[in-house]
Amino acid sequence: MHLTEEEKKVALEQTGNILESYSRERGNLIPILQQVQEKLGYVPLVAMEEVARHLGMPPVDVYSVATFYNQFRLIPPGKHQIKVCMGTACHMKGGNIILDCWKRRLSIDVNQVTPDREFSLERVACVGCCTMAPVTVIDEEVHGRVTPTRVDGLLFSFGVKIPKGQQKEGEAIGRE
Amino acid sequence: MKTVTLTIDGRAVQAREGEKLLRVALENGIYIPNLCAIPGVKHPAAACRLCFVEIEGYPRPVTACTEPVVEGMVVSTRSPRVDRLVSTAFELLLSNHRLDCATCPRNRSCELQRIARERRFPLRVKRLRKLERNLPLDDSSPVLRYDPNRCVLCGRCVWVCREKGTGVLGFAGRGFERKVTTFGDVPLGQSGCNGCGECTRVCPVGALTGKEV
Ligand code: SF4
Ligand code: SF4
Ligand code: FES
Ligand code: FES
Repeated sequence: MHLTEEEKKVALEQTGNILESYSRERGNLIPILQQVQEKLGYVPLVAMEEVARHLGMPPVDVYSVATFYNQFRLIPPGKHQIKVCMGTACHMKGGNIILDCWKRRLSIDVNQVTPDREFSLERVACVGCCTMAPVTVIDEEVHGRVTPTRVDGLLFSFGVKIPKGQQKEGEAIGRE
Repeated sequence: MKTVTLTIDGRAVQAREGEKLLRVALENGIYIPNLCAIPGVKHPAAACRLCFVEIEGYPRPVTACTEPVVEGMVVSTRSPRVDRLVSTAFELLLSNHRLDCATCPRNRSCELQRIARERRFPLRVKRLRKLERNLPLDDSSPVLRYDPNRCVLCGRCVWVCREKGTGVLGFAGRGFERKVTTFGDVPLGQSGCNGCGECTRVCPVGALTGKEV
């Protein structure tokens, strides 16, 4: 994941502002990361390095905490955020198949964003719509009883066309 | 410091009060399986769950790496309860460990092999399902090779890298995804690692090894 210079600059500025109001105690690590995430929508590596310097700890320890908790995202969100439910009900109803469909169609893995920044993909815990399992939430909108064809349909509704010849089950679409 | 006398497997041994039972046993030539214990560490993580022993008067087995010795303690390193706990912990470790001793750089000097030998455990996963991580091998450093698929997450390398190295190693992720890695998951060769090789000397398995001369 490559950030633009502009994104890095914004990230550093914002992180710097946030750090001003925190003392250099390690106990502040999680609240700081939460603030960064709230401000930027994600916690980039450049921000983690700043936080590590402020708290006087190895950067890899900040990375360790940021990757331990699901609440932190390490990459900028896509224009459309796709969240596949992996709660118990959705899991039982084949949520992993749906997740695989999204992965293959978008040619990205979980916690990644497409190179054009259109879509990002995440797995989430039960979103409370178990009767509609398996569930995918796209930008706050809940889609129930998702099937592989439905995945294509949803992509189509965002203007992504599945080229002929690639319509075979779960194949990647020709995204750049 | 006060010296105490305790009994381990029927043998009387002397030790400094407060020393950890695991160290005392090992120093006296009594082997207790262990992977995550690091000599001199004040608050052991007790993560590998392999060093269980029974102590007379204690309701259940305890981890020897966290247990300070006291005067008159009567310890048994083997019992049906201990053996069961240890064999389960061991099999859990093996269930996501790339078990391919023939191609492993630590074949014959590996701590897992030693535990299997000492306790007569099979070096095989029988009751559990094998879950391989299939993570890429990191061959980027000129002096080290890192195979995360063989890592048993003991944390020794992370500790020694901080004590004597450059402090680039750490844990990331959670659960099945947990692994030893560098800041931002960059390959060792680009991580600021200075190639001191301390980690390869403490790694009990074939995860971090030196490249051959
Ligand atoms: S680390 Fe030990 S048990 Fe694992 S493959 Fe290597 S020699 Fe075998
Ligand atoms: S690489 Fe080796 S020393 Fe480091 S945690 Fe894994 S098994 Fe332990
Ligand atoms: S498990 Fe997916 S909505 Fe409850
Ligand atoms: S050595 Fe005691 S739990 Fe690992």
